[in-house]
Amino acid sequence: MRLELGFIPIHDVQFADTSRVEDGVLYVNAEDIKALVLKDEHISSVEVELARPGESVRITPVKDVVEPRVKVDGPGGMFPGTVSRVKTVGQGRTHVLKGAAVVTTGKIVGFQEGIIDMSGAGAQYTPFSKTQNVVLILRPQDGLSAHEHEVAVRLAGLKAAMYLGELARELVPETIETYETLPLLEGLKQHGDLPRVGYVQMLQSQGLLHDTYVYGVDAKKILPTILYPTEVMDGAIISGNCVSACDKNPTYVHQNNPIVHELYARHGKDFNFCAMIITNENVYLADKVRSSDWTAKLCEFLGLEGVIVSEEGFGNPDTDLMMNSRKISEKGIKAVLLTDEYAGRDGSSQSLADAHVSADAVVSAGNANQVITLPGMDRVIGSEAYVGIIAGGWDKNKMEDGTIMVEIQAITGATSEVGFGYLSAR
Amino acid sequence: MQKIRIVHYINQFFAQIGGEEMAHVPPQWREGPVGPGLALAAAFGQTAEIVGTVICGDSYFNEHTSEALPEILDMIKAAGADLLIAGPAFNAGRYGVACGTVAKAAQDELGIKAITGMYVENPGADMFAQDVYIISTRNSAAGMRDAVKKLAPLAQKLVSGEPIGASSEEGYLPRGIRVNLFEKDRGAKRAVEMLVRKLRGQDFTTEYPMPDFDRVAPQPAVKNISRAKVALVTSGGIVPFGNPDRIESSNASRYGRYDLENIMDLTEGKWATAHGGYDPSYANRDADRVLPVDVMREMEIEGKIGSLFRYTYSTVGNGTAVKSSKAFADEFVKELIKENVQAVILTST
Amino acid sequence: MVKEIERAGIPVVHICTVTPISLTVGANRIVPAVAIPHPLGNPALTMAEEKALRRKIILTALKALSTDITEQTVFDVE
Repeated sequence: MRLELGFIPIHDVQFADTSRVEDGVLYVNAEDIKALVLKDEHISSVEVELARPGESVRITPVKDVVEPRVKVDGPGGMFPGTVSRVKTVGQGRTHVLKGAAVVTTGKIVGFQEGIIDMSGAGAQYTPFSKTQNVVLILRPQDGLSAHEHEVAVRLAGLKAAMYLGELARELVPETIETYETLPLLEGLKQHGDLPRVGYVQMLQSQGLLHDTYVYGVDAKKILPTILYPTEVMDGAIISGNCVSACDKNPTYVHQNNPIVHELYARHGKDFNFCAMIITNENVYLADKVRSSDWTAKLCEFLGLEGVIVSEEGFGNPDTDLMMNSRKISEKGIKAVLLTDEYAGRDGSSQSLADAHVSADAVVSAGNANQVITLPGMDRVIGSEAYVGIIAGGWDKNKMEDGTIMVEIQAITGATSEVGFGYLSAR
Repeated sequence: MQKIRIVHYINQFFAQIGGEEMAHVPPQWREGPVGPGLALAAAFGQTAEIVGTVICGDSYFNEHTSEALPEILDMIKAAGADLLIAGPAFNAGRYGVACGTVAKAAQDELGIKAITGMYVENPGADMFAQDVYIISTRNSAAGMRDAVKKLAPLAQKLVSGEPIGASSEEGYLPRGIRVNLFEKDRGAKRAVEMLVRKLRGQDFTTEYPMPDFDRVAPQPAVKNISRAKVALVTSGGIVPFGNPDRIESSNASRYGRYDLENIMDLTEGKWATAHGGYDPSYANRDADRVLPVDVMREMEIEGKIGSLFRYTYSTVGNGTAVKSSKAFADEFVKELIKENVQAVILTST
Repeated sequence: MVKEIERAGIPVVHICTVTPISLTVGANRIVPAVAIPHPLGNPALTMAEEKALRRKIILTALKALSTDITEQTVFDVE
């Protein structure tokens, strides 16, 4: 499967009467987006605001971040099975408004939503302080359950990103990157002398509000399966979760999965990147056992010699990670694990809930319990009313001078377990 | 700025008094730098001065610690030191233990900063890495230049009170305290590099070594559970509705103690969960699904247990530091013992 | 918490869903629960069935507390 990504760099975002892209500026007609979002009867109102890098702006509580993309060639459309009709994606050409993002906020959906600061001490911890953000402030209809609320907000973000992505359809990309994964046997022929590696992505699937969707299927209902890595670039996997903001994968991060990209960067040179395996992190022990069994079985079946395993979230998924590590290693396959840590505010506590001796090659995305003081901002998009109750916050953590103390756990993308960021710990 | 006053501690070998045959020499004082102190003094430049050097034989120190240590501390104190540098000891075992002991005592008893350097396998490293900053060195004195290069800047930060970076940045041995840092490459790139090295059989360093978990021997069985007073404890975050103690949804800093007297059943609207790590709707509808008060009352009535202890302890086990939950338990277990509780049922989500 | 209680001299049984974590962490008497959001319940059942299930788990826990063990033991609910 071969996919071309055509990048159209965006370095500014502005409101305008007509939505369009000109000279790297994304012009947004807010009324168009509002009309689009309000088609969903579960949404009672929506505001659109813009947030640019360096501004004194805080966005919170952040639910999801989505990158505007459009499929210009090849089967299917963006977010297949969720917004576009279900169809296997990952080939042809996709255009990307690189540097732009849609961020959803509004009334909090679950405990665990995030903060994006566009400047100040918090900005370096979130990748979305560097994107030109079109922010949707969404209010649900009264009486909506948390689960219906989550669906409505999730779809609003995806649709707005598709609307903006559509602006890139006819544009000429500044750069084009090509990514290709061959069917297993053909790949072996081409790269026969290189070690065979794979990527095992664990998807958050702990339950309602802690979910991920694959082609529209709730990931807790999947058995581990195989993807061509290019499929995720077309939105095959989307975030539906309100788990701690620091280490959940927003849809944007799925679209730009850094492990996929870093593996492609050395594919055909240092190894043969054969396939991506997705598995889940369910709350029943039997599911954990079954999914880790199947993950190891697929690694073996594909003849992999090495894999990278990334976790999403923390706590009981640490056990899924260790089960995967143990079972993959028992097949004689070398594994590197990517996780983050919860070592306490002083860093002296046990980092993971589980451990196994096979986990001898671990990349850490940092200690999520580290406390940070965020300065007051001139403008808050959304509301600071929740900063005391989101995961990583605590009661009365907002000081009189407007500063807020939180664990970096509360910052969107701070300890990305797919290694999107640079943070680590020793 | 005033120069930092350094006292340097070295053994008989580095003082060029002699080898093993001179390891019995007792502590002695020399003005100014001696031996490796010259390289150290050069590394500090104008910012610091080695005012003197304490020399002690390794055998003497280890065999007469109770006499040698106070004597050495007196010398350091008399010199008005701001900072003690011990060693580096490389892979010399007794020297390493001496350096660690002197450095820790200088910190604890004289209240000054201290730093040393050792090879990771030096027994002194294991003994003192959590108490004293130990620069990671090579296994022989051939690594002196490299050790000094890392030692001087970290020592300066210690004295000035500047924030200390992670062990991999500053070059000290991990202290069991996790410190965040920003790496040059993003995590995904580091993972791919680590995988390539692992596949090729090359050296790589895990960023998070697996911990050893301690074990506790099982208590003997409860003799007669039908007479026993049993307590319920949970990490599932069950609290009276409204969360009166404001237990955090994640990384809880406190726990609640709740009175169950006359409560037969945890009902919706009166009890709920504060836990932020799982879908709370099931527990909010019926908190007995996490904290089984209803069934425990039945057990009490049917005589399957003696009684249910009046209070329950509840916290949120979601990203909560192991150390915190240990501290919670250490505290409430005192009451359990005082109140003669004979068994505990702990539920987790 | 489980180890601190045991260390203080009170036998403790850990009812939890993810028994591997409990084993890693070092609980001695372990009873498997139903699922993380409802360890002692199952919303798919009627209230009466659910309570019967909860009773079974608790009875297993009481049995675990009444059993002498020499090593970490998972007591399956029958």
